[in-house]
Amino acid sequence: MNSSWSRFNITSIVLGFAFLYLPIVLLVVFSFNESKLVTVWGGFSTKWYGTLFQNKGLMDAAWVTARVGVISATVATVLGTLAALTLTRYTRFRGRVLFSGMVFAPLVMPEVITGLSLLLLFVAVGLDRGFLTVTLAHITFSMCFVAVVVQSRLLTFDRSLEEAAMDLGAPPVKTFFQITLPVILPAIVSGWMLAFTLSLDDLVIASFTSGPGATTLPMKIYSQVRLGVTPEINAACTILIAVVAVGVIAASVVNKRREVQRLRDEQAAQRG
Amino acid sequence: MKSLGSIRRSFAPWSDPAAKPYIVFENVTKRFGDFTAVNDLSLSIFEREFFALLGASGCGKSTLLRMLAGFDEPTSGRILLDGQDLRGIPPYKRPVNMMFQSYALFPHMTVENNIAFGLKQEGMAKADIEKRVADMLKLVKLEQFAKRKPHQLSGGQRQRVALARSVAKRPKVLLLDEPLGALDKKLREETQFELMDLQQELGLTFVVVTHDQEEAMTMADRIAILDKGEVMQVATPTEVYEAPASRFVAGFVGNVNMFEGKVASRDAGSARISGGNGLTIKTENAGDASAGSDVVFAIRPEKIKVSSKKPADAEANVAEGEIYDIAYLGDMTVYHVRLADGQVVKASSLNAVRISEDPLSWNDRAWISFRPDAGVVLTR
Repeated sequence: MNSSWSRFNITSIVLGFAFLYLPIVLLVVFSFNESKLVTVWGGFSTKWYGTLFQNKGLMDAAWVTARVGVISATVATVLGTLAALTLTRYTRFRGRVLFSGMVFAPLVMPEVITGLSLLLLFVAVGLDRGFLTVTLAHITFSMCFVAVVVQSRLLTFDRSLEEAAMDLGAPPVKTFFQITLPVILPAIVSGWMLAFTLSLDDLVIASFTSGPGATTLPMKIYSQVRLGVTPEINAACTILIAVVAVGVIAASVVNKRREVQRLRDEQAAQRG
Repeated sequence: MKSLGSIRRSFAPWSDPAAKPYIVFENVTKRFGDFTAVNDLSLSIFEREFFALLGASGCGKSTLLRMLAGFDEPTSGRILLDGQDLRGIPPYKRPVNMMFQSYALFPHMTVENNIAFGLKQEGMAKADIEKRVADMLKLVKLEQFAKRKPHQLSGGQRQRVALARSVAKRPKVLLLDEPLGALDKKLREETQFELMDLQQELGLTFVVVTHDQEEAMTMADRIAILDKGEVMQVATPTEVYEAPASRFVAGFVGNVNMFEGKVASRDAGSARISGGNGLTIKTENAGDASAGSDVVFAIRPEKIKVSSKKPADAEANVAEGEIYDIAYLGDMTVYHVRLADGQVVKASSLNAVRISEDPLSWNDRAWISFRPDAGVVLTR
């Protein structure tokens, strides 16, 4: 195969990456703009980062988002893991197909519909919209993502591990906590991170189900942008991008290291 | 027929009518939906016995093991262990341990924690656990690997950890599901003898499931040959080989030549069998075949002699044929001899000397011969 850089290859890569990242690069660049006008470059400055941290409205929204994210991701992980366990383990109960279809339906359901139906539900049961309702809504839609991630891990899980534990005298509950859970933990953790990320950047469902005093960061940014984009918002977004990027890079580096270590161990074991 | 005993020690509780079996399968049937994995099976295994369940895949041997371990319950019938009915007792309360085909080592635990897992469940004191783990590591010669994780071990080492883990609790019965299946041939042969030594040393009852007849023959005191969920024969390796109970067993274990025929005449233990090909076979092992009945005469290839000249032995059965194929295996040579009626007979001869005095080649005329006690008559 020809691995050298042909002109065609370079062009397509540049175009592709420009298409993907040009908007983001622009946003990051303008977050360091001295000028208050977003589209006019007035020299380098980090002052918007300073004012950002003094903007109480934005900081409150960030705090709400973080709490909603952690709580909803945690509850969704528990529920999603239980659903995944049921779907992979008890394959012969009545209505399994219906049940699994229903668990995964929200994956493809338009967010507007999920949001609207949740809003109707909360109104019907007389639940005041606020922190609780956003969190419940986020649990609802992120749970199925966790279930998918955990289920795919469980499908390759060697059931004889559990049988071995029971054979050695561990009752089922103990077997679950000492064997099953530690082995599938990486999948559960990535399910949690996925749920957290989904909660972090959700705008549509939060708009439907949130109330006064529980404005999430995406909602706040969206509402401010409607009044005009400020460099402050650019700064907030840049920080968000940085957090996500660091998270993704860290996770892949850790994974890669583990993989390399594992390969090396296996080779060492083969040599005896 | 002369009796064929166990070649090992003088251990033969199954021939002692007073001996009480340790594990008893009583009319056990197991169905999975429409599929019958085990069909009305009865079997007795004695204490300290090395017992092998031998059969092709899908014959129900693994299901038997799983029912003994408690992962599956029989659909009907019962299983007794030391007189106690095992029905309803969950796997974690049964005094049996199992070594899994996949080894099922806990990937997130070190070797020593894997071995200690069962002991911890018993609530054993910490110092005792440490001592037992050290003993077990020594037993399987893995002392320096105690802190390693399973993925840092080779296949043979993993197999040893699995073994150490399953015997660490000193179970009454050790169940082994294809214990050597994942090892290469050379390692497998070594490990067979190690398993036998271990069983002697610990004085445990071993029940091993295998599809490898050589493995079963090498290790087991007795072998149960299973087919479609039913027992075809339970006997010592020698009996299974030299006195198979049926055509299935004769064909399943080792190589065999079978001649179809009718019992022309019989008296006491011996009979004459005339085949459709005009060949008459004298045999001393006629079993319960009655005169006139259709039977099969089975004889192992190594009991047939091949020579270029007609043998002088007047007692022997002889037939003339042509060398059809020769397989030289080093330690022995297998000749395929085509008889007048077209039947190909396999005859193997040990290469005890480097250069044969009676060399045979393709398409040579040759004589096969065997003594009247060399084969058996099968009625089933």
